[in-house]
Amino acid sequence: MGDNGSVWLPDPGTALAGEVDTLFWFVFWTSTIMFAMVIAAKLYFMAKYKRNSESDVPEPVEESKALEAVWIVVPTILVLIVFTWGFDVFVKLNNAPPDAYEINVRAMQWSWEFSYEEGATAYTELYVPVGRPVKLNMTSSDVLHSFYVPAFRVKHDIIPNRYTAVWFQAEEAGEYMIHCTEYCGTQHSGMNAKVVAVSEEDFAAWITEQSQDLPPAILGEQVFAQCQACHSIDGSSGIGPTMAGLYNTERALEDGSTVIADDDYLLESILNPMAKIAQGYPPVMPAGFSALSQKQLDGLIAYIKTLE
Amino acid sequence: MSHSAPGLNYLNHAKGFKSWALTLDHKRIGIMYMVAVSLAFLAGGILAILVRLELLGPGETIMGPDAYNQSFTLHAVLMIFAFIIPAIPAVMGNFVLPIQLGAKDVAFPRLNLASLYIYLIGAVIVMLALVNGRIDGGWTFYAPYSTSIGNGILFVTAGVFVMGFSSILTGLNFIVTVHKMRAPGLTWNRLPLFIWSIYATSIVQVLATPVIGITVLLLFLEKAFSIGIFDPALGGDPVLFQHFFWFYSHPAVYIMILPAFGVISDLMGTFSRHQVSGYKFVALSSVAIAFLGFLVWGHHMFVSGQSAVSSIVFSLITYLIGIPTGVKVINWVQTMYKGSVQLKSPMLYAIMFLFTFSIGGFTGIMLGVLAIDVHLHDTYFVVAHFHYVMMGGNVIAALGGLHYWWPKMFGKMYNEFLAKIAALLVFIGFNVTFFPQFILGTQGMPRRYYDYLPQYESLHELSTYGSWILAAGLFLIMFYLIASLINGKKAGLNPWGALTLEWTHTTTPPDHHNFHDTPVVTRGAYDFHLARHLFENGGEVSELDLGGDGAAPSHEATPVPQEPVA
Repeated sequence: MGDNGSVWLPDPGTALAGEVDTLFWFVFWTSTIMFAMVIAAKLYFMAKYKRNSESDVPEPVEESKALEAVWIVVPTILVLIVFTWGFDVFVKLNNAPPDAYEINVRAMQWSWEFSYEEGATAYTELYVPVGRPVKLNMTSSDVLHSFYVPAFRVKHDIIPNRYTAVWFQAEEAGEYMIHCTEYCGTQHSGMNAKVVAVSEEDFAAWITEQSQDLPPAILGEQVFAQCQACHSIDGSSGIGPTMAGLYNTERALEDGSTVIADDDYLLESILNPMAKIAQGYPPVMPAGFSALSQKQLDGLIAYIKTLE
Repeated sequence: MSHSAPGLNYLNHAKGFKSWALTLDHKRIGIMYMVAVSLAFLAGGILAILVRLELLGPGETIMGPDAYNQSFTLHAVLMIFAFIIPAIPAVMGNFVLPIQLGAKDVAFPRLNLASLYIYLIGAVIVMLALVNGRIDGGWTFYAPYSTSIGNGILFVTAGVFVMGFSSILTGLNFIVTVHKMRAPGLTWNRLPLFIWSIYATSIVQVLATPVIGITVLLLFLEKAFSIGIFDPALGGDPVLFQHFFWFYSHPAVYIMILPAFGVISDLMGTFSRHQVSGYKFVALSSVAIAFLGFLVWGHHMFVSGQSAVSSIVFSLITYLIGIPTGVKVINWVQTMYKGSVQLKSPMLYAIMFLFTFSIGGFTGIMLGVLAIDVHLHDTYFVVAHFHYVMMGGNVIAALGGLHYWWPKMFGKMYNEFLAKIAALLVFIGFNVTFFPQFILGTQGMPRRYYDYLPQYESLHELSTYGSWILAAGLFLIMFYLIASLINGKKAGLNPWGALTLEWTHTTTPPDHHNFHDTPVVTRGAYDFHLARHLFENGGEVSELDLGGDGAAPSHEATPVPQEPVA
């Protein structure tokens, strides 16, 4: 067919995505043919019945009931086919197999947190085993978000105080983009991550390694992935101040006072971002980071200390 | 009285600011609406150009993320609430509807003037949001994000609430006018389809607008007094907001598109000089769509957390509404069959509409398919579909209507050559802008994104170039329309050879009171074959058709046997 990875659709990453695509092409071609017929009739009539004489007044046309019926019945049959087909695939998209491997997803402005039952936590890369169905149980700690992987043709909104789910089964090892598709504020378009699909063996190795206790600064480096949408580590300016060379320096605040960026200042700025606003930056940092564990907070501060 | 003096019309019979500001004349109110919605369109359009310019390349091009997020939001709010919703009903509805009915004004002229002022107050309140904090998140204002940002949202919702009353009162006025003020002989089967569509629109305006009023009021209460309704942190339910919002906003889509159907019907009939094919179907399906439109709101929420069963039901009903819409398109095309088609600039927009609106319709079917919508929801495919329906539908029809009624409104002809060039620019610009966005969407580009992956750059670039062509076309229209007021040729009574009363029974521009005598209607709006005498001399019709089908003027309703119209 040559349809996979065409101009219109990215390469399908799951078998179910392939089913969605087949349906897409059916609707696409039926629509295109019908559209072409309408436009062809339009252009033909425009040319054929062009007004030749200004005093020309054509007779009304006897309307054909049979023709009218065709226009109603044929599209009705077509849309009923499309509806039933879409319904069938939708049910599959909505029902994860009972043996699916479950991962908890927490979305927040403007980052992701993926928690595995073995104890590992990831932020920018959602590791999954190839060939095994994976179900994500998702919730949000602030506003609405939406989990979308274009290659898998799956998407679902993520709602605070409620669990929603998507599932997929990656067919091939590879990386697939994750986007947030429900508007969530300044860095909405920066709220991206990747599905990293690896073999069962690689996944087992990864999960074992990640589930061990990490040194605080290494843990902090991983947690910091949530901060990178706004804070750089190389001195460049973003939505918020850079972390490079920040520790223990004097900081100018919006209210004109200054403060030393010590451990207490860093902790306060993470837990209660509006308490002290750095000069020249908008007060837009989300409050959701207070949900981090003490271990993660200690790690973050340890990591920031290492940034020259 | 002024109507007896020759050379006087509704524009010049009284002069001065007060004669406009306090007028009860539906025509003057329509013209004032036209100025107001044109300004909203200009402001919203400039924002659109800036948004497209920012998207020319990934990362920062001309503005930061906060400025971008507010620009696209304000673009949407202005275009939807201040422009598209009032554009055809309040401008052309006001100007044309009473005359097409053979009435001297709407049923409640004072209420009509009040609607205009309520609309203006609402628009000013929305603009106050600009200086009162940020408004971002798009025109949907989903909670809890919308209540988590600054106070700008309070002004926007208050403004939308106030503008809603304008919409309700206009709708009410038109419903009563259509029911009670039709000229003798103007039966429901003879009504111009423009009237039918405005009538159907008015029903939706009266029934649906209160729901958005209540919704924004609840949002306002939640934000101002921390009463938990939609915000989970206060014990509310964000999905409830979406139900409320779409319960209005889906019918509102029909408020936006049904009037366009009416304009296109009139244009297709007049410029084909032919019966509009399936007249009864086109007329009644507008009313049917108005009611069915209330039952499909959930198709905006297939992935929002509503139950899968609801989604399935909403998908099915969505198709029920798609079919009559599709059949209408076929009817418009068929109107040209064995007709006498003249491609003047208003007709070019009707032809263009059949192309752009059909694409909007077919892509709507695509989005109605449950499994496909999961992939396409909240991507650029939706953005493209929406613009093909709203701009390719409503705005293109509004431009057609504007070119059609402009000579009647001001008594001046615009430059037809420039009008054709502009129509071509609009057609090319529109498609170059929005067609690539379908592909961006199917490739997975989410909407409301300030920044994007490099793989989407070339299509974004193309779309931005298209927006410049489109803008050039629209500015050209503004230029020659304004120029026509200064040095345009004098327009004849009935330059298009139309059969509705504003062309056959009023002067150009119309008299202050519309008619010297109450017109008597003896034929349907598109019964050209019963009006041959008007076209005997060829060219444009240059005398009033006060006698109906050639008989001596009569002041009583002649009980003419009903022409079967279907």
